[in-house]
Amino acid sequence: MSTLAQTIEQQTEVALQTNDLRVATTLGKEILHGVSFALKRGRMLALVGESGSGKTTAGLACLGYFRTGLEHTGGTVELNDGTDLLALSDAGRRRLRGGSISYVPQDPALSLNPAMRIGTQIMEVLRVHGYGVSEAARRDRLAGVLTDVGLPNDEAYQRRWPHELSGGQQQRVGIAMAFAFRPQVMVMDEPTTGLDVTTQALVLQTIHQLISTHAVAGLYITHDLAVVAEVADEVAVMLAGSVVEEGPCDRVLHDPQHAYTRKLLGAVPDLAGRRRIGEVAAVTGAVPIVDPNAEPVRAASVRRPAPNIVETSSLLSISDLRLSYGTTAILNGIDLELGRGESLMLLGESGSGKTTVARCIAGLNDGYTGSVSLAGKTLEPGTRQRSAEERHRIQYVFQSPLSSLNPRRAIGESIEVPLHMSGTYSRKQCRALVLEALDQVQLAASFIDRRPGQLSGGERQRAAIARALVNSPSVLVCDEVTSALDVSVQASIIDLLRTLQVETGMAMVFVTHNIALARHISQRVAVLHAGRIVDTGATDEVLENPQHSYTRELLTHIPSL
Amino acid sequence: MTTIDTHSEISTSVVETPPGLLRRIIRQRQAKIGLVLTGVVVLVAVVGPLLLPWLTGYTSTEFAGRPFQPDGLFGTDNLGRDILSRFLDGGRSLLLFAVLATALGMLLGTAAGMLAAYQGGLLDSIIMRGNDVLLALPQLVFALLAITVLGPQGWVVVLVIGVTHAPRIARVTRAAASAVITEDFIRASEMYAVPRWKILVKDVLPNITGPLMVELGLRLTYSIAAIASLSFLGLGMQPPNADWGLMINENRIALTLQPWGVILPVLAIAILTVGSNLVTDAVARASATVEESK
Repeated sequence: MSTLAQTIEQQTEVALQTNDLRVATTLGKEILHGVSFALKRGRMLALVGESGSGKTTAGLACLGYFRTGLEHTGGTVELNDGTDLLALSDAGRRRLRGGSISYVPQDPALSLNPAMRIGTQIMEVLRVHGYGVSEAARRDRLAGVLTDVGLPNDEAYQRRWPHELSGGQQQRVGIAMAFAFRPQVMVMDEPTTGLDVTTQALVLQTIHQLISTHAVAGLYITHDLAVVAEVADEVAVMLAGSVVEEGPCDRVLHDPQHAYTRKLLGAVPDLAGRRRIGEVAAVTGAVPIVDPNAEPVRAASVRRPAPNIVETSSLLSISDLRLSYGTTAILNGIDLELGRGESLMLLGESGSGKTTVARCIAGLNDGYTGSVSLAGKTLEPGTRQRSAEERHRIQYVFQSPLSSLNPRRAIGESIEVPLHMSGTYSRKQCRALVLEALDQVQLAASFIDRRPGQLSGGERQRAAIARALVNSPSVLVCDEVTSALDVSVQASIIDLLRTLQVETGMAMVFVTHNIALARHISQRVAVLHAGRIVDTGATDEVLENPQHSYTRELLTHIPSL
Repeated sequence: MTTIDTHSEISTSVVETPPGLLRRIIRQRQAKIGLVLTGVVVLVAVVGPLLLPWLTGYTSTEFAGRPFQPDGLFGTDNLGRDILSRFLDGGRSLLLFAVLATALGMLLGTAAGMLAAYQGGLLDSIIMRGNDVLLALPQLVFALLAITVLGPQGWVVVLVIGVTHAPRIARVTRAAASAVITEDFIRASEMYAVPRWKILVKDVLPNITGPLMVELGLRLTYSIAAIASLSFLGLGMQPPNADWGLMINENRIALTLQPWGVILPVLAIAILTVGSNLVTDAVARASATVEESK
């Protein structure tokens, strides 16, 4: 047999195969209903699904590992030599893990031991599994694997602590640890979820290279279909513990057979705004922006005191906003204008200061200099110094719906808080307003008595938005409201926000790192980089003709379908 | 809606209400044992005094005969009083003082700890360093000092034990509250300018009940022990009042002759501490499962 044929055979050889894998909770509820997929050498299989679909459970089962409270109830995980991984003893499985089957966890910052130098951590894997014949051989491998993942391999770098690395570098160290022993199978659990798009692009490139050049079988667990398009050769779509569609990447993404896959794909925001991700069409040039003079069409069941502030053309204006912690400047003079009924996207990567700007607007961060004014009136920095009227008019929605609602309070009680603080409503009026707000965010009235623990992430975020809406704000500040949510839930929240904006005519500041959402949510974009606004203008202009090199860089690195 | 909210589609739309806190407590075997143990001792302490002298024929201070004689069910004590009568009458004050002292300590400690965690900065430093000073004094020594100065009265004992518990509770509270205070729902309440005390009571306090319950159990146990010790040392209840701590002291000289005078109160105190600990542990576990299911 020629060497070429051998290589080809090796390329398509199945390294790991799961057959009718079933996993259930110890209480008997089945989580995986017979999952089968094959991981082939040099190929990457993407396991796609939303939170709770069982994709991580399936991924961990490939390592012969089940989280506490779960147990294996049927099916096999076969390696290429025919051994059933799940029939092995604990010790046998441990020998394989990190050796021939390795795992890259989601959060590198949590998975690296902060009290160990990175070189030592990678060496530990090699020592445990007995790589090479001598310490020198292991040292060589350490240097080699660091080069493989695109990191410097010198002694000084190996002696760094995890906290001395950036998020992207930490994740590469995680990948290096998984790759050090030359595994046959690598299971990656959303390894780029916490990373910026630019960093994500680099890490994805590294992963792709490792898989294809070293003939490793890869399993990539993710909910991000755009990333799938970048890295995967094959895709398996999971829904509620079953694989509903499987096939080559191109086929699944461009000619999906299952309704669920189509729904998932339909929910992915795209830069060009071709796709509609909700009832409200994406903001392209053809769609007129919200008429700033339109009366809010909200059905007002309770009369509210009319705002008696003199109206000017610009609703919210920020000038020369500066803020520093100690000697570190976070914001270096931000100027922004927000018109009535306008939606502005504040775009930036982590550390750019975008959340800080949002918090300054809402009065949650009072250490700034410069001014934030609402309808021509300069606001006090702290929310407690602002008048009740000013507080009503600017509302803020937090990033994480898991943390922004008090777990010990019913949803209704949480939504009522802003009303109680304005102090002018009776019990009955409060309840009516709460119900109205719930209705606006498309939650049933029965949610009023539920606790956050009984709600899904999307429902919680809706409840949090209802809390912001209950006082009919004129400016809604949304801080990364979709980043903690699944893509289809994200789509429904974006849809909701757009609908609300059109209905109520409120202005919106939408803070995000996801440039792909731009056309779906905003008429104007401001790009924030290192505490400065580097690019601003109408969404179309900025996306089609970016002025600043940073914006161009962001646009090129964005993964797309 | 054309988009999907997967969760509502996939998960069965029935919302399961977790069983109430009380039900989850009772369900634990430990809690049942704890409740029975505590219940027995509390029953003796509360009902006991009402049964005198009907049950034993004597009041707790009446002389029944000569000292250390095996008369009656459990014999007589050092002054010839009926041990059973004194035992039945001796638990009420101990229980009452222990509960009051623990309540006082919890009140002071929780308030101080939450304030320190929420306000931070100078107030935090002042409260916590003040705490450290109090912690440096051994509890019993501090109690001895206060009682010597103010006299061996009930309220002094309660005050002293309560105040010495407070710093320990404050530390636990502060640690638990600091974690809660970083959550966004606290930011949200601040944004709506909810008064600070209301944020502490409604947003912070309900979310730290787990660790506080553990602390409550621990401190209750310590209170019982501390008050019994003070009585034993002659600084709590004064003769001729009946008191378990005092009884142990009075009768220990005749331990070999007439051990019931010591054994009965020791058993009661031991059962009470074990029982109350089991119960509060169960409460802590039950309230912790609420948080996990979030």
